[in-house]
Amino acid sequence: SPVLAEKFGLGRAALPEEIAAWNLDVSPDGSGLPEGSGDVLTGEEVFAEKCAACHGDFAEGVGNWPKLAGGQGTLADKDPLKTVGSYWPYLSTTWDYVNRSMPFGNAQSLTNDEVYAIVAYILYSNDLVDEDFELSRDTFLDVEMPNAEGFIVDDRIEAEHAIWTGEPCMENCKDSVEITMRALVLDVTPEEEGAEAEVVEPEPVEEAAAATEAPD
Amino acid sequence: MSKTFTGKPTSRRAFLRGTAAAAAGAITAGAAKAETPDPLITEVQPWANGFGDGVDATPYGLPIEYESDVIRRNVEWLTADTISSINFTPIHALDGTITPQGCAFERHHSGAIELSKQDYRLMINGMVDTPLIFTYADLERFPRENHVYFCECAANTGMEWAGAQLNGAQFTHGMIHNMEYTGVPLRTLLEEAGYDTAGKWIYVEGADASSNGRSIPMEKALDDVLVAFKANGEALRKEHGYPVRLVVPGWEGNMWIKWLRRIEVMEGPVESREETSKYTDTLADGISRKWTWAMDAKSVVTSPSPQSPITHGKGPLVITGLAWSGRGAIKRVDVSKDGGKTWETARLAKPGEKMALTRFYLDTEWDGEEMLLQSRAMDETGYVQPTKTQLREVRGENSIYHNNCIQTWWVRPNGEAENVEVS
Repeated sequence: SPVLAEKFGLGRAALPEEIAAWNLDVSPDGSGLPEGSGDVLTGEEVFAEKCAACHGDFAEGVGNWPKLAGGQGTLADKDPLKTVGSYWPYLSTTWDYVNRSMPFGNAQSLTNDEVYAIVAYILYSNDLVDEDFELSRDTFLDVEMPNAEGFIVDDRIEAEHAIWTGEPCMENCKDSVEITMRALVLDVTPEEEGAEAEVVEPEPVEEAAAATEAPD
Repeated sequence: MSKTFTGKPTSRRAFLRGTAAAAAGAITAGAAKAETPDPLITEVQPWANGFGDGVDATPYGLPIEYESDVIRRNVEWLTADTISSINFTPIHALDGTITPQGCAFERHHSGAIELSKQDYRLMINGMVDTPLIFTYADLERFPRENHVYFCECAANTGMEWAGAQLNGAQFTHGMIHNMEYTGVPLRTLLEEAGYDTAGKWIYVEGADASSNGRSIPMEKALDDVLVAFKANGEALRKEHGYPVRLVVPGWEGNMWIKWLRRIEVMEGPVESREETSKYTDTLADGISRKWTWAMDAKSVVTSPSPQSPITHGKGPLVITGLAWSGRGAIKRVDVSKDGGKTWETARLAKPGEKMALTRFYLDTEWDGEEMLLQSRAMDETGYVQPTKTQLREVRGENSIYHNNCIQTWWVRPNGEAENVEVS
């Protein structure tokens, strides 16, 4: 039931070809998936050519670039490894994101069959399918994502706001205060003067990068 | 590193020289007495004698060179490259609440793209009566609104979950800006297309390669979301989404889609990469929260702070900072100088506005002793900004996003300040 409101008569009707060109998103139930298919062995070749320079031959990641495989069972660890296999709840997201935004720097250059093949290979790298697996619209929902049940909807209002609401302490709020951690000990902040000349010590940098995930 | 600092900053060394000089002529109380006349007064200075620049010298001006340290900064080790990365607003050096666009932080996933108004198209499709295409010129013909809102990256303060890491308010709290936006309510555009009331979600995406697609519940879309084309009076900056971005009041910055190109009305959420792999918050037991959209009440003392030390010795001191909440207006900010043992209520420069930065001041006397400075925001829902310990008790240390903990600066007797954690 469309909403009836006062209209300004601005804009024009979108053509089917225009909608088809931009409306590429794929939902968890597989709606939005195009025709096509790709198997693991084809995916291995395409991945080696178009993805492995950053993501590694086995999707294990090169340097600081994202790891796409591994880490299953680490989400409650001190340093969880979040990958397609260990963390992503829906396979649709992998297909959709690879199709629209990868390879980094040359997005939207893959054919539908190439995307199916790459996604099949990422699944294989995560031990989620056998090497003879072929991904298509028909087999898409057969794949079980290990962390599909690993998410809850934001519960901060119940879990947090209920306990952090009300008049706070103003006087004699604690007996003693000790400094327990100092940023200058870690020393990973860019220097303001001659930033380029100052070489940041490599060891604490890695420690810091490992201790906490970057914004991305 | 994409942006290298080349100006003349107040360096730590220059600061230390400055304090040494100040200490030599230490002042105890009341106005100082000069022993010799000040030549800046007694001698005619060049600016009082000759000409300044003509009015044709600077058609569009930049800050004076003496302010060249008030710039965005990059932290190289945070991300794999500078294209999908973040930089930081110099909040330690700003005052009031409006962020100058030229130093307002950036966060891109495939770089800041260049999209002209002529090339710009906005599509509305999905569960609508008539799928529509708008040009930029079309958008300017709809009735407009103006609103001031903060845009805070979900990852602001995220590097501090495991401890005190980066030394400066710019780095710990600078993934934020606050602008006056002009735009068209998203509701107006959805009505123009005739949205189907069975559509409970919209999916929004940008024109850049990353697309940054996010799902937003229809209730929010119809409430206060703006399709904005002006910020702080002028067109959006390229890096902030020129010519059109989404403004999603109170909600995490990731949802403020830049270079907005498509709005799809849908039955369900897409569960895109940016709301599954990223912008989900893992708790200590390995279960993750999703759709943590609102940014909770938060504050930080911007001065004194590590990049803004006390250089004037003891006596009158202005302690100032920013407070904000994604759930409404800030009602009160308390400041502690002793690490949270005792608190004083600060003065708000203006009454807090919904989902906008609020400036606070505590005008005080500094006795020259060390301080453990903290600020604590309260919003109109009655929520009180928690400590990091309180947050960790509920969430553990691996949430990455939504760290709105109370920040502590350790101000030492020489006026220098450091990012610390306290018991």
